[in-house]
Amino acid sequence: MSNPQQLRYSKEHEWLSAAGEDGVATVGITEFAANALGDVVYAQLPEVGDTVTAGETCGELESTKSVSDLYSPVTGEIVEANQDVVDDPSLVNSAPFEGGWLFKVRVTEEPADLLSADEYTAQNAG
Amino acid sequence: MSSTELRHTALDALHRALGATMTDFAGWDMPLRYGSERDEHVAVRTKAGLFDLSHMGEITVTGPEAARLLNFALVGNIASVGVGRARYTMICQADGGILDDLIVYRLAETEYMVVANASNAQVVLDALTERAAGFDAEVRDDRDAYALIAVQGPESPGILKSLTDADLDGLKYYAGLPGTVAGVPALIARTGYTGEDGFELFVKPEHAVELWQALTKAGEGVGLVPCGLSCRDTLRLEAGMPLYGHELTTDLTPFDAGLGRVVKFEKEGDFVGREALTEAASRAEQNPPRVLVGLVAEGRRVPRAGYAVVAGGEVVGEVTSGAPSPTLGKPIAIAYVDAAHSAPGTAGVGVDIRGNHEPYEVVALPFYKRQK
Repeated sequence: MSNPQQLRYSKEHEWLSAAGEDGVATVGITEFAANALGDVVYAQLPEVGDTVTAGETCGELESTKSVSDLYSPVTGEIVEANQDVVDDPSLVNSAPFEGGWLFKVRVTEEPADLLSADEYTAQNAG
Repeated sequence: MSSTELRHTALDALHRALGATMTDFAGWDMPLRYGSERDEHVAVRTKAGLFDLSHMGEITVTGPEAARLLNFALVGNIASVGVGRARYTMICQADGGILDDLIVYRLAETEYMVVANASNAQVVLDALTERAAGFDAEVRDDRDAYALIAVQGPESPGILKSLTDADLDGLKYYAGLPGTVAGVPALIARTGYTGEDGFELFVKPEHAVELWQALTKAGEGVGLVPCGLSCRDTLRLEAGMPLYGHELTTDLTPFDAGLGRVVKFEKEGDFVGREALTEAASRAEQNPPRVLVGLVAEGRRVPRAGYAVVAGGEVVGEVTSGAPSPTLGKPIAIAYVDAAHSAPGTAGVGVDIRGNHEPYEVVALPFYKRQK
């Protein structure tokens, strides 16, 4: 399993794309997290207009075995939630870094401790 | 418990080679799933699945008074089980509380194999050993003597037939016979915990890999897949089968769990728990406490063990097991619910899912029954 180099990662296993010129970044959970969850059957995502705070819960993902809180890796305002994932949560398992993205956020503040791909990979190996 | 202290089955290396996600289950490092647990579940319902159940606890009881001992130690009439047949039963405390649910196989006139849950195997072994005092019978810990491989699902008879000369057509549900499968001596039992037709094969641990590989090969063309404990749990849940620690505990008698039929008062002689269970039976008849029911979600959020069942803002029960049901396509749960709210179709029942009262339909168990 490889973690894309162009993304950054939180310790809670979310990934964050580089923000575009409009300050909007895409957030999802990593393949490592998706594998640990097992089949995701329900996704409760933050709604457009919600303010999310780095390190705080903003939704939940349910799998066969458990329910897990979804954390936002950054602070900002939600501009889009992935309706495809709400309709078909298995996208989180089948394409965690692509079609299984969760939400887009206009970033106002990001924590200093986001990890690079290599750092995140090392964290999970430990 | 750290992973170095976990026990490993004879198939451990094979599970790792298959890429299984492993989990600590009652001190054993067991496959949780190999790929998608939903796909594994569906394979068992429609084709076939292969399980390593070597964590289950086998205890052999032998001797001239083996039958008498088991009739005293367990709540069922074990003496009446014919040679080659099996019986679902329970072992209770003197106060009627359930210590474990068991399958007992009568291997010979004076030889039984008791199969306990992994989490309770030591408790059952200790209780049987203690209760054996004064009986001409021996209780033997055979946990390390067997590996247990199950093949479950509609294709399982065909798969097994290609590997054995044993008379599978003559082997009824809840029967077991010694035979040879893929050249390996095995106790072949038509039992399972999935709600499907299927077999459980008790073999020596040194034969487990060979048997697993032969079954895998025999099932190649008909969709057999390796299956982990995650889908075993959703399969048994759909089939309405109780799981110790969830639906069954020492705080409950078999009557509280709706399984009073396993208690055989008419059998000869005393048995551990008789007095308390007699009272529990009349209590359950006159003033039933909570009743075990099925719940089917109207929404998509999944009820989990321990969540409150609510009606009219009041707590009226508790979820004991819950999961998304691959067969129904909806979340389902088993719950103990106050008798007043337990009738199928009772309106206004919900589950408190982390603060939100989600509507649920009360249904009779099981959720799924195979077409025969």
